[in-house]
Amino acid sequence: MKKVIMGNHALSYGAKLGRAQVIAAYPITPQTQVVELLSEMCADKSLDAMFIKVESEHSAMAACLGASLAGARTFTATSAQGLALMHELLHWASGGRLPVVMGNINRAMAPGWSIWSDQNDSLSQRDTGWMQFYCSSNQEVLDTVIQAFKVSEKLLIPSMVILDAFTLSHTYEVVDIPDQKKVDEYLPPFNPSIKLTPEEPHAFGGLTSPEHYFELRYKLQKEMEKAPALIEKTGKEYEKMFGRYLGLVEKHRCDDADLILITSGAMGSTARIAVDELRKEGIKAGNLRIKVFRPFPFEIIRNAVKGAKKIAVVDRNISYGHHGMFFEEVKSALYGYSDGLPVFGFITGLGGRDITPSTFKEITQYTLERDKPKEEIIWIGVKL
Amino acid sequence: MKKEKKMKLSLPEVELMNSGHMACQGCGATLAMRFALKALGQKVALCIPACCWSVIDGPFPYSSLDVPIFHCAFETAAVSASGVKAGLEMVGDKETTVVAWAGDGGTFDIGIQALSGVAERNDDIIYICYDNEAYMNTGIQRSSATPYGAWTTTTPVKHFKNRPKKDMEAIMAAHRIPYIATASIGYPEDLVKKVKKAKEIKGTKFLHIFAPCPPGWKSQPEDTIKLARMAVQNAIFPLYEIEWGEKYTLNIKLKEKKPINDYLKIQGRFRHLTKKEIVFIQEEVDKKWERLLLCVNRSK
Amino acid sequence: MKKKKGAQKIVFKSEKDFPLMPMSVGSMLFNKTGAWRNIKPVINLEKCIQCGICWKFCPDVAIFIEKEWPVIDYEYCKGCGLCAEECPTKCIAMVEEEK
Repeated sequence: MKKVIMGNHALSYGAKLGRAQVIAAYPITPQTQVVELLSEMCADKSLDAMFIKVESEHSAMAACLGASLAGARTFTATSAQGLALMHELLHWASGGRLPVVMGNINRAMAPGWSIWSDQNDSLSQRDTGWMQFYCSSNQEVLDTVIQAFKVSEKLLIPSMVILDAFTLSHTYEVVDIPDQKKVDEYLPPFNPSIKLTPEEPHAFGGLTSPEHYFELRYKLQKEMEKAPALIEKTGKEYEKMFGRYLGLVEKHRCDDADLILITSGAMGSTARIAVDELRKEGIKAGNLRIKVFRPFPFEIIRNAVKGAKKIAVVDRNISYGHHGMFFEEVKSALYGYSDGLPVFGFITGLGGRDITPSTFKEITQYTLERDKPKEEIIWIGVKL
Repeated sequence: MKKEKKMKLSLPEVELMNSGHMACQGCGATLAMRFALKALGQKVALCIPACCWSVIDGPFPYSSLDVPIFHCAFETAAVSASGVKAGLEMVGDKETTVVAWAGDGGTFDIGIQALSGVAERNDDIIYICYDNEAYMNTGIQRSSATPYGAWTTTTPVKHFKNRPKKDMEAIMAAHRIPYIATASIGYPEDLVKKVKKAKEIKGTKFLHIFAPCPPGWKSQPEDTIKLARMAVQNAIFPLYEIEWGEKYTLNIKLKEKKPINDYLKIQGRFRHLTKKEIVFIQEEVDKKWERLLLCVNRSK
Repeated sequence: MKKKKGAQKIVFKSEKDFPLMPMSVGSMLFNKTGAWRNIKPVINLEKCIQCGICWKFCPDVAIFIEKEWPVIDYEYCKGCGLCAEECPTKCIAMVEEEK
């Protein structure tokens, strides 16, 4: 059934169709509509779930962990400060092997207070052991939530489904909302073999000495390494049933491109438009939009850039004292594979500064005019 | 020949806590758990944040309890329990009792926000705080449950703790939850009765158990029960219940409060107190007792 | 009353044995805390009135009742002295461990 809905509601519908059983969330702009709609769905029983109206994001994640350990499918959503407040417990979810699925609205970190789009909040959590999916359309958001439940529960690794503040969260787009029965076929109930129950009592998460901790974390990484193949497999299953394939990246005209833009999130779809316009002007540009950031899709990126002459990575984030984080990770993935290939790192759009097709034209121009990048960071759009 | 009789045990016989755990000799927290589990039975799930019990239970891959435990983050005992309860209900288990089991640090200080949230929502869990009056697990640092006058490593003798113990019962009463009770390991039958009572009530139940700690209080291991009894008898830790934040019931009526001196004397953490300071503490205990009696009388 | 059977120390032999999440798979009963003590309680059954108080107040569950009489489980008793202190007839003596 097609409906015109905002990105936030796409998250809510994803959680509803995924039959989330326990939701614990705290409001924060621009996430509020996610939880408001979920509250309504729980109240009118269109979603059979318990909604715990917690008093902070830290408690939201704590409640999700408890519920997940008890064997329930859990969902929450947050943004920026809320995500940062949960930080300690993000480690808990992955280390505890709890398949919580969370929507995160990419919003700039304070101070100063900003409610607009910026990737630092989610990227600051890239080491916590969560899978990270960056979406560029409301349809993708909904489809990703459903698939995230499936992949997370198979691997017992939590997932974050990420969308831009306002550009996606509050923008209305046509979304094909799948039929519940078909989703039920695709996504069976969560049924962990190990959970918190008096019938088989275990103590979860106790004191772990150097004798054993290393092995537990080794196991987590080994499972995470299975994720790319599993994401592709479940993606193909989803395509069979619902007609849409997500995969780890979205390639747009990369095969014969001289210059490949590497983007993520909402600006990834803006880049697609820019590429088409550039092509009209005779520039052989392409766009590689990274959808799955964790686990990092090393193979696909290495293959996708093989034919290109230059790469321009566009970051809506920065790791202070270093560079844009997508830039860092792409460069490190290419080390030893495409060593001669010049990789330009652009930072733009922090704090919600608009990224338009002209931004990409400027980036392309800059890249075409130079053989190699001289600066580690190329700032686009700073008014100083 | 010696007259043999059948033993009548005043507590349920079932043992859900096993030997071999890591507690210090004479540990009050351990007895609190042993008694509470006798009242709760096996169909229970515990959420234990960072506290002595996260170590007492034993390291991975062992446990010393026959009930499931979620070792949760420090601040989250209460809300982790809410989450577990919701999860269990949604997977069809409406019978397992979910209990948050936290120390005084994780209750009075870092865990108070989550606890307040749970109580305000009246989530269906039992919250049990075993109180050894300091951050004992990390080496005896002061908490807001540390009583006035006590030595701890962060309130050394020259700067002893000079703020009163936080009144958690009053804070919980302000949340208007169905059941609040204080208990002491010196009165195990009363403790078991209260835990059993809490188990039958729906909503948030808060139990505060007095649990002396020999290394932290600088007392003898064999005095642990004596101290837990004395604190009730001198009204430093009176035993009472509060229903819906309003109805106060005194469980052990004291015809005459015992003076606090004998209690303070056998704890090294109070050894530095001058006569003047002890008089001050006694006055505060007296005042607090009078306030409690007012609440009890008002409830009649 | 049955004394709980002891348990084994756990050694993981292969990756398959190793639990995938940090969780307990065995009991602390393998840990014989009797080794901790310097003094041990000895019950004089002649003076014992079978009140059950020693059983009640043992933090280590190291006293069990056998045929209506208290018996100390020296495998686990840590020698804290609570049983001796609380015994109403003072029939439990704390004696030095022989070396």
